[in-house]
Amino acid sequence: MESALIPPAKYFFLFVPTFLFSIIIPLAGVVIFTYIMVLRMAPLIRSAPDPRTGRLMERIGNLIRIWLLQYRQPRYMLAGVLHIFIFAGFLILSIRSISLVVIGIYPDFVMPGFNGFLGVVYNLLKDYAATWILVACIIAGIRRGVFKPARYGVPEKYGKDHTGEALFVLGLISTLMITESAFEASLAAARIQQHMHAEFIAPLTLTWFFKLLLTNTSTSGLQAIHILSYYIHDLTFFFFLCFLPLGKHFHVITSIFNVFFMRLDRGTVKPVKHGITDTELDDLESFGVKKLEDFTWKHILDFYSCADCGRCSDHCPANAVSRPLSPRFISIKGRDLVFNNYPIYPYGANFRQSEDLIGTIYDEDEIWSCTTCGACEQECPIGIEYIDKMVDLRRGMVDEGNVPQSLQKPLSALEKRGNPWGKLEKKRVEWTKELGEDLPVKILDGKTGADTLYFVDSITSFDDRMQKIGQATARILSSTGTDFGILGKAEKDSGHEVRRFGEEMLFQDLRDQNTDAIQASGANRIVTADPHAYNALKNDYNDLPPVEHISQFITRKITEGTLKLHSAGNGEGDKVYTYHDPCYLGRHNGLYEDPRTALDAIPGLKRVDMERCRDRSFCCGGGGLMLFYEPEEEQRMGVLRVEMAAEAGANVIVTACPFCLVNMEDAIKVAGLEGKMEAIDLAELIDAHLVK
Amino acid sequence: MEILVCVKRVPDTAENEIEVKGDGTDIERDDLVYSVNEWDNYAVEEAIQIRDKVGGSVTVVTVGDEESEEVLRREMAMGADNGILLSDDAFENSDGKGVAAILKAEIEKGKYDLILTGAQADDGAGQVGGMLAAMMDLPYASLVNLIDVVDDSTLKIGREIEGGNQEMSEIGLPCVLSIQTGINEPRYVGIRGIRKVASVDIPVHGVADLGLPADAVGETGAKVKRMDYFVPEMGDGAEILEGSTEEIIDKLIEHLKAKGGLK
Amino acid sequence: MSQIFAYILHKGGVADDTALELISAAKKIDADASLIAVVTGSGADLDTVCNDLTASYNEVWKIDNAALAYPNAEVIRKLLVNIIPGGSIILIAHEHFGMDIAPGLSIKMNTSFVSDAMDIEGRDGGAIKIIRQEYSGMASTHVTCDAGDGAVISCRPGSFQPDESKSAGGQLVDKSGDAGDLTANRTFLEVVQAETGDVDITKSDILVSVGRGIEDEENLEIAQELADAMGAVVSCSRPIVDAKWMEKSRQVGTSGQTVKPKVYMAMGISGSFQHLGGIKGSPFIVAVNKNAKAPIFQVADVGIVADILDFMPELTEKIGGM
Repeated sequence: MESALIPPAKYFFLFVPTFLFSIIIPLAGVVIFTYIMVLRMAPLIRSAPDPRTGRLMERIGNLIRIWLLQYRQPRYMLAGVLHIFIFAGFLILSIRSISLVVIGIYPDFVMPGFNGFLGVVYNLLKDYAATWILVACIIAGIRRGVFKPARYGVPEKYGKDHTGEALFVLGLISTLMITESAFEASLAAARIQQHMHAEFIAPLTLTWFFKLLLTNTSTSGLQAIHILSYYIHDLTFFFFLCFLPLGKHFHVITSIFNVFFMRLDRGTVKPVKHGITDTELDDLESFGVKKLEDFTWKHILDFYSCADCGRCSDHCPANAVSRPLSPRFISIKGRDLVFNNYPIYPYGANFRQSEDLIGTIYDEDEIWSCTTCGACEQECPIGIEYIDKMVDLRRGMVDEGNVPQSLQKPLSALEKRGNPWGKLEKKRVEWTKELGEDLPVKILDGKTGADTLYFVDSITSFDDRMQKIGQATARILSSTGTDFGILGKAEKDSGHEVRRFGEEMLFQDLRDQNTDAIQASGANRIVTADPHAYNALKNDYNDLPPVEHISQFITRKITEGTLKLHSAGNGEGDKVYTYHDPCYLGRHNGLYEDPRTALDAIPGLKRVDMERCRDRSFCCGGGGLMLFYEPEEEQRMGVLRVEMAAEAGANVIVTACPFCLVNMEDAIKVAGLEGKMEAIDLAELIDAHLVK
Repeated sequence: MEILVCVKRVPDTAENEIEVKGDGTDIERDDLVYSVNEWDNYAVEEAIQIRDKVGGSVTVVTVGDEESEEVLRREMAMGADNGILLSDDAFENSDGKGVAAILKAEIEKGKYDLILTGAQADDGAGQVGGMLAAMMDLPYASLVNLIDVVDDSTLKIGREIEGGNQEMSEIGLPCVLSIQTGINEPRYVGIRGIRKVASVDIPVHGVADLGLPADAVGETGAKVKRMDYFVPEMGDGAEILEGSTEEIIDKLIEHLKAKGGLK
Repeated sequence: MSQIFAYILHKGGVADDTALELISAAKKIDADASLIAVVTGSGADLDTVCNDLTASYNEVWKIDNAALAYPNAEVIRKLLVNIIPGGSIILIAHEHFGMDIAPGLSIKMNTSFVSDAMDIEGRDGGAIKIIRQEYSGMASTHVTCDAGDGAVISCRPGSFQPDESKSAGGQLVDKSGDAGDLTANRTFLEVVQAETGDVDITKSDILVSVGRGIEDEENLEIAQELADAMGAVVSCSRPIVDAKWMEKSRQVGTSGQTVKPKVYMAMGISGSFQHLGGIKGSPFIVAVNKNAKAPIFQVADVGIVADILDFMPELTEKIGGM
């Protein structure tokens, strides 16, 4: 085809054919990029194994939903939508970018399959894509540069502000869009000037605007713009490619892998070491993560993938109360360490010897501050994991004996007594005494049997206040005619937090004792009112009968018609209830509806949802051993939560977890809301409304 | 520095409800769980920290029955290099002096620069360290809450005295020190740590090994004997004071005086 | 007539309260014994103490030496061995100095030893019957101590009534010349004062502990005044620390400090079990709370249903006026 302008492949600049640049720039770009990527792979290879290839269909499903469709992005509407536009534009423009590179060598190159109708449609699409990307970049740039949303801020202790890098990259992207359009527009303008057939240019696109602007430019001017914009684009493109693996924009490359390999289960904790069975654990030299390479390759990939969007920390309750933990910086600090220990410059530099992570990039308090509520993982748009990292780092500290004194006592008591307070085993049944003779609770010791086992767990067994949850649960079970019993002194703490605090061997010990006792009980099903126990039995234990949380049980019985509730009644007219989703019921197990259905089954009950509810529920402060750990914090998570309930217009917080109740009741006092706000457990509330 | 730490297996009051048997001969031991005495645990941690700083070894020793081996293993899991169990039927019901004599016999078989004990135990009298030092003619200090190694022959130590003040001294080596809680933050020992040292050999020494005259230790050697246990007076539920504020305060002051709350 | 020796602690020219308590203890062993106070130190303060004690002890043995200006247990042990006749009964207060000297003294005197005596039930021939506590006060025991060759007994401060009779009309004996060698392989350097504002609540026998009933940071002053009057230290429950009204080091509870006081004044503390978990031993617990149903009343020995903001100032005034 006759050309209106000399293409880059045939142009001479001061007797030098620019064709040379068309070869040198991509070649250098690819070589440098490959070099960087090889070095970036090194830590992945040197880190711990983690088989993530199973369950392909689920992984592809995640890939489509979370990566391709950017399903989680609109949880933050403006930023999310901007990102979707840029992401979609990138996908569209990737084809154009590749063909552009080739055009520098073969001027008439067309992507295979794109010479017909598809090509026309694609050209329209990519012009619009380039346009909306530029618009999105400008909005994003204004947002970051002028409005500066708080979640992008970098507290002093974590180093310098990241705004510069973000703006720089937005600038690079804009440059790509502008030069690509100018390259095309200059040619179109020249064709029009020379009355040649001009391809249709979609109106209101960047190219369209440029074409209008350039209509009256001289041919030599157009030629210069044509060549210059091509090589600026070429250079920017390969610079950007090599720049990606140097910072937070690595996610452009890694996110597809990170999402594909993301965890598929919630509520679980990774094994100490993949490929090592429980019985082989004793042979392991070291436990948990102590040095960088102790992380699994996926966790290193997480570090690479963090886009620094701050959504994790924005939702992290520990961060909200100024505990020394911000999940975002777990990733950023990890990434910086990988980059530092595996230097790409100077060429041939040795990998650095790994130091202990705790005391260098992470602090003990930082790692103990996590309640494992899972809000960060729920929010992360690219599937970065935090809980397993926390647990692995804690395992490392536990293995070194580096455990806060305030946690050593309960751990020792758990080892000896099976509960964190060191209470006598035989006192586990004392809460049943208050039920009176009308409601004898069977002890399932193998001789006495029952269909349903009520697994009480430690806090409900021993804490005076929480015993009421146990009593309410027993009355609910009894009122539905359920043949149930408890394990009594044979029950040990479920070990749920023991495991999540990194004491794996103690957890396994508790798990094995409970498993034996449960199996010996002969029960066909298990009910518990403690979401931590529920999660443990369901996700941490094996070979048990099916487990139900009491909220599931209640809803099931209401549906079956065996459980009837009377109305909220007099004096409750001005009560407005709100349901607080416990982390281990909601986020970790997806039980959002059952408790609400149970509440709504009480006739006349007024219920509102807090703004942060369901999978965005805000942790009460943490359960289990977290009650014993004393983090530095400016206020309690529970206080924030109680204030959220007040904001929602509620004056009764209903929860379905004894730990939530402990924290809420304390928080109500601390917040000075006594008399204005109360907290109650779902089981207690249902018990109070039972038609007997 | 060669360091010996004397430890003891006790029922930790934090993990037990201590109840006296009906006949007063003992406390109810059926439901008891045992730990290493808290003070001793601090002593072992301190010994490990000193060893890690200046080199040497840490040996833990206990006088007790076979089951006392578990506390030795726990302390070895913390980082002590060796454990020695001093066990013999003849040792039973030794008084403090008897225990000190048993320890002395063992210590004289080795060569230790520093001997540590806990300042006290929940079921003890805080006496063995001081007795041992006197028997061996070694300098002694109790309630030690700071140890700095000055040189091969001298330590700078702090003792916890009234009001949280600290009495600083220099003490010559070898010496015996009784360690107060809070001197350090003992490391955690989990099940895994104990399993790692489960197969380490712990020698057991009895009367014959130690060359002790049997009548110097045990019940026969004891000049101090525990006759019985009984429950100290304790009310159930508060006695609610009633009346005018003045009356209430008068009653309260009476109570406080009786209980040492007012001087 | 038998002799019982008491080693006297003193400071700034004043004998420690235990000086008179040891008289009661000695009389419980043998009401007719001749009581001898042994006082070491130097200079005018020592003279003052010794002169005062002659009212209460039959004999006061004074050992004056510049080397004894600060009581070094290693030095004083040697000295006591030199001057006290073999086979004697020696009493000493069970506090940091007594714990430092007494066990070794018993070895060097070749006597039996009982520490931390709470009470003494008399002497039966060669045996003295003593009450002690074990397991942080959860169990008490009777022990017999063969005093045939003498005994060293350390007595818990505050457990014996001070003998205020002051009718001994005793004589002062200067034993300075018998002191012997006063060197030891342990040298006193200095006393480092505890930082103010960093009080160790675990070491205080009396705690005035405040909870949310204090309502406002400014009201902490009221608690502090009561504590000052009682010679106590102010501690608190978690909400007070959360509110940043007091330092973390002052918090009693499973997530704070574990304390073992003798008297615990729970002021406006409801008594969550996390809080109670931080109180060990068997202190005498006084609970003052507006809420008659507060769980603290179940564990307290004495309860008062009142607003602490009204009650504490009145109590302070009354104690201050005593």
